Amino acid sequence: MVDAEALTAWVREFARLVHERRDELTRLDSAIGDADHGANLDRGMTAAVAALEAQSAGEPAAVLKTTATTLIKTVGGASGPLYGTFFLRAAGALDGPDGAALAKAVRAGYDGVVARGKAERGDKTMLDALGPACDALDEALTAGKPLEEALGAAAQAAAAGRDATAPLVARKGRASYLGERSAGHVDPGAASVTLLVEAAATALAGRG
Amino acid sequence: MPVGLVVVSHSRALADAAVELARGMLPGREQSIEVAAGDVDGGLGTDATAIADAVTAADSGDGVVVLMDLGSAVLSAETALELLDDDVRERVVLSPAPLVEGLVGAAVTAAAGADRDRVAAEALRGLAPKQAHLSG
Repeated sequence: MVDAEALTAWVREFARLVHERRDELTRLDSAIGDADHGANLDRGMTAAVAALEAQSAGEPAAVLKTTATTLIKTVGGASGPLYGTFFLRAAGALDGPDGAALAKAVRAGYDGVVARGKAERGDKTMLDALGPACDALDEALTAGKPLEEALGAAAQAAAAGRDATAPLVARKGRASYLGERSAGHVDPGAASVTLLVEAAATALAGRG
Repeated sequence: MPVGLVVVSHSRALADAAVELARGMLPGREQSIEVAAGDVDGGLGTDATAIADAVTAADSGDGVVVLMDLGSAVLSAETALELLDDDVRERVVLSPAPLVEGLVGAAVTAAAGADRDRVAAEALRGLAPKQAHLSG
């Protein structure tokens, strides 16, 4: 069951990973951005976990909505509205407690980030990891694989997409100011959103 | 009621100074100009929930024009629209005008009682005097 408790576990695991990898995310962002991605996202996710603790479990969509509004309020940089929009749209699309509903919600979140950032795959953004993850999740579930396996495939696809951002020239966000000099570095947004998918694979394992 | 204005900036100091400059053009006249600027700790950043609150405060029913600086200010302003009620959202225009020039043009026009679309158009024309002056 992908219920409120399971989604809360996902958010908590993401927060834990972001905190653990905070310096690495900031290091990536100092190469091609303004060196605040790790600190900003860590602050936002710490606040999101606190906000979830302060509210009763309630509806699954409410877990995603609370995460969204907390990130919007506390992150500060562009990742606030982008991650906020991901969780907001996912909350709006979530219509059931199973893997298919989760995949639909995540896809709606991805579409929201595309619309908000006016970016596409290949622009060296979080979409380069999140897009392949959505595709892998859909493909595995359509093939009848259990959720645990499908999320594992999504995490692998995200990591591969993240690594593939290294040679790309950034076309969106602060890194795009660097032009050709942005090549040679992994995109920090692709790195953090890979943690989001890895957190889902860990926290939702066995909840198929 | 005049059209309401909202200033969105990464910096509270920058937003307040821009508002002070615009108000200097409106001696003795009432004009609603709300500010949503800085992060929750007072540092540099933008917050879509604060922008949504500012829009609600500036809205008297005749529309709101939002002026913003750059980068995440634009993303946060768009995200704020998602957080508003449908009837309020329909009355809001996000202006692509440069913040300072656009705000001054919008403030003068709004205080004179123009409607929302006229105010938004005047904000967008904000660079024209400077461009005309420097092109000669």
